[in-house]
Amino acid sequence: MDTFMSLADGFAIALTWQNILLALLGCFLGTIMGALPGLGPSNGVAILIPLAFTLGLGATPSLILLTSVYYGAMYGGRISSILLNIPGDEPAMMTCLDGYPMAQKGMAGQALSLSGIASFVGAFFATWGLIFLAPQLVKIALLFGPAEYFALFALAFMTLGGVSSTNQAKSAFAAALGLGLAMIGVDTQTGVPRFTFGEVHLYDGLDFLVAIVGLFALSEVFIFLEHRHGDAEGTASKIKVGRLTPPLSMLKQTTPTMIRSTLLGFLAGVLPGAGASLGSFIAYSFEKRLVDKDGKTFGKGDPRGVAAPEAGNNAAAGGALVPMLALGVPGSGTTAVLLAVLLSLNITPGPLLFSQNPDVVWGLIAALFIANFMLLAMNIPMVGLFTRVLMVPPRILMPVVAMVSFVGIYGISGSSFDLLVMVGFGMLGWILRKFDVPLVPIILGTLLGNAMENNLRRAITIDNGNWLTLVDSPLSITLWLIAIVGFILPLIIGRKVKSKMHARRDEEGSLAD
Amino acid sequence: MIIKATRLTVAAALLGASTFGAFADGFTPENPECIAPANPGGGWDFTCRQVGKTLQDLGLLDKTMQVVNLAGGGGGVAYAEVVNKRADDNDLIVAASSATATRLAQGAYPGNTMDQVRWLASIGADYGVIAVAKDSDIADLPALLEMIKTDPRSVSVAGGSAVGGWDHLKVLIAANAYGIDDVRTVKYIAFDGGGEAVTQLLAGSVQAFTGDISEAKGFVDSGDIRVLAVLSPERLGGEFADFPTAKEQGVDAIGANWRGFYAPGEMSDEAYDAWVSKIADLYATPEWKEIMANNGMAPLDLQGAAFETFVSESVAQIQAISKDIGIIK
Repeated sequence: MDTFMSLADGFAIALTWQNILLALLGCFLGTIMGALPGLGPSNGVAILIPLAFTLGLGATPSLILLTSVYYGAMYGGRISSILLNIPGDEPAMMTCLDGYPMAQKGMAGQALSLSGIASFVGAFFATWGLIFLAPQLVKIALLFGPAEYFALFALAFMTLGGVSSTNQAKSAFAAALGLGLAMIGVDTQTGVPRFTFGEVHLYDGLDFLVAIVGLFALSEVFIFLEHRHGDAEGTASKIKVGRLTPPLSMLKQTTPTMIRSTLLGFLAGVLPGAGASLGSFIAYSFEKRLVDKDGKTFGKGDPRGVAAPEAGNNAAAGGALVPMLALGVPGSGTTAVLLAVLLSLNITPGPLLFSQNPDVVWGLIAALFIANFMLLAMNIPMVGLFTRVLMVPPRILMPVVAMVSFVGIYGISGSSFDLLVMVGFGMLGWILRKFDVPLVPIILGTLLGNAMENNLRRAITIDNGNWLTLVDSPLSITLWLIAIVGFILPLIIGRKVKSKMHARRDEEGSLAD
Repeated sequence: MIIKATRLTVAAALLGASTFGAFADGFTPENPECIAPANPGGGWDFTCRQVGKTLQDLGLLDKTMQVVNLAGGGGGVAYAEVVNKRADDNDLIVAASSATATRLAQGAYPGNTMDQVRWLASIGADYGVIAVAKDSDIADLPALLEMIKTDPRSVSVAGGSAVGGWDHLKVLIAANAYGIDDVRTVKYIAFDGGGEAVTQLLAGSVQAFTGDISEAKGFVDSGDIRVLAVLSPERLGGEFADFPTAKEQGVDAIGANWRGFYAPGEMSDEAYDAWVSKIADLYATPEWKEIMANNGMAPLDLQGAAFETFVSESVAQIQAISKDIGIIK
């Protein structure tokens, strides 16, 4: 019952005009970001961070804005998948498979509204999952000493490569790069400055918001500068949206699909490092194996093939918030970005968050519910509006992204040095993308690197230099075991899953990305 | 009503006095500005905003004091800016605290020293505490220090600042006062903030906690921790009166995390005197006393030359300890 009391308090916090407007704005912008090919949830949130800070928002309103963007992007990704056969973001990849064939059959409107409903179901129940699971995780909080935290961070890094990356070695390289960047600044355990080259701006270390905006938003602009022409221009107008409400029989047919997919997606989201792409993939393939054994309908416009990945990826988005809020370890790329936001708002996610900042947690959760209903409302009747957004050519969009990044970062710190750092990170991001190196591990490395190092050194100091202290408690041993399994398992099965994911994409029609 | 009226009279009197004072000094800041050398929300930001607002509310300033956040380098970016670019700005004051003095003492602002600016005044202090978990066997401060003296490996002390930071130095000051010669043996574990350090104290990972009284208060109220000693010259008032001082337990250690201001090094004497008297007037008001009480600040009433001496003494003390523990050479 405590949970419901807290949730009611959360609604009291979230239901102010300011917060509702922010949620509305976040949902709207998020849906657009998701719908635009190229801009996914991580970029979407990264681009809007400066906005939240420039507006001088407090912790709860900023989080409400940014998580609405996050949820919105998860909804929006499906729009271009269905209409253009171009996934708006990576998690929406699987939605192309049956969404686009439906659109070709003239059922685009039905596919859009059905996937909207599926997204709602996934996100709605995942938020309930978050409410019940996160406080359970918090209960074991006092068992976490420095040694256990170190094991937990190691787990986050070891499972990070996981199924979601194409190449474990490249993720490992990216994580190492991130950890290296985290070392810049004054070392808190000895007070000695490291890699600062006498530059006073570097004494506090690199600001990870600057790194995030550079890596995600600016590199997007650079990629555009390189290619110069947008492939999404004007294509959306060719497709007729058609009837906007799915027939009842279709809803009935897809209900069990949505429930199964939500559960799978949520579990995939809770696992650190897996994220929404895995959620939608697992949901789709499981559903296909279960209801379409002969491979007759899936891939040819089966409504269940639209409902499954959408319920799955939205549920995973909610699930990924569980470890982020409860343990301070992000479950996906976007939650890593959200974690950075929390840290710079002076809020330390983790076991203490629920007792020290209950207003933030429950306000956020309530806002997620509100955002969900808004998104449902926006994504069914107003879907026509978003399809039109797809016609905005990148030559207009990208300068806006660049402007928001520069103004925003300068607004946060008022330091031109940070702008240079951001441009540096933009170029770094551009180069790394050329080499197909994932960017999220870099962010995770910069974010968690210091905490990981400090906890290791704390643990060792407390136990007077005895390294065995790291595996001294049942909790830390368990965490290490999970970490090792999480590292090795994807090496064996990950390749299979990943190649299937790609093979299926290729065989189901050429994706123009 | 009577109280209200008295207050008004006091305020009016102060207002009159200060206007008169400003004329006498021949200086009124045109565009008063306060640099908070950190992002919005922290202690320095609070110092600037609260003082700026209260100065204006009380009529000590007739213009709004603009607060500029200039974060970076633990205050070093702002310090360098003031020394290099705004050395003769008469309208500018900058928020400072013991952290500023600590970093100056340890040479953490590359190329800058404390005599490059003029130290204005303090506006209060947050005294240090040393605490243990409620069910700890350690009875008082001498008992804790005796344990450290006999076997330093047996006691881990947790604090919210970096090694060499203020929370660390407070324990060392106490250890030094108790007669522990090699303070390097004291095992200090740095956490990210007082809250995390207290949590580890409760979890049993560490045996003692060093921090500010404002950080500890919430946990004392909830009965989770027990304060062994507060590092103030005498017992504090109000709800803090129960905490024994280190001094009364025979350990002559004082550790105050003060808050105050410095001004550019070439500020004119007129402007310097005017700012000093404004902050002194502010400090004397009941309104400011109330703000101090609400924010867990204890008295520390130093202005002008007295404050300058105080800062230089604390820089010297920190330098000595930092040399002992090998943070500076």
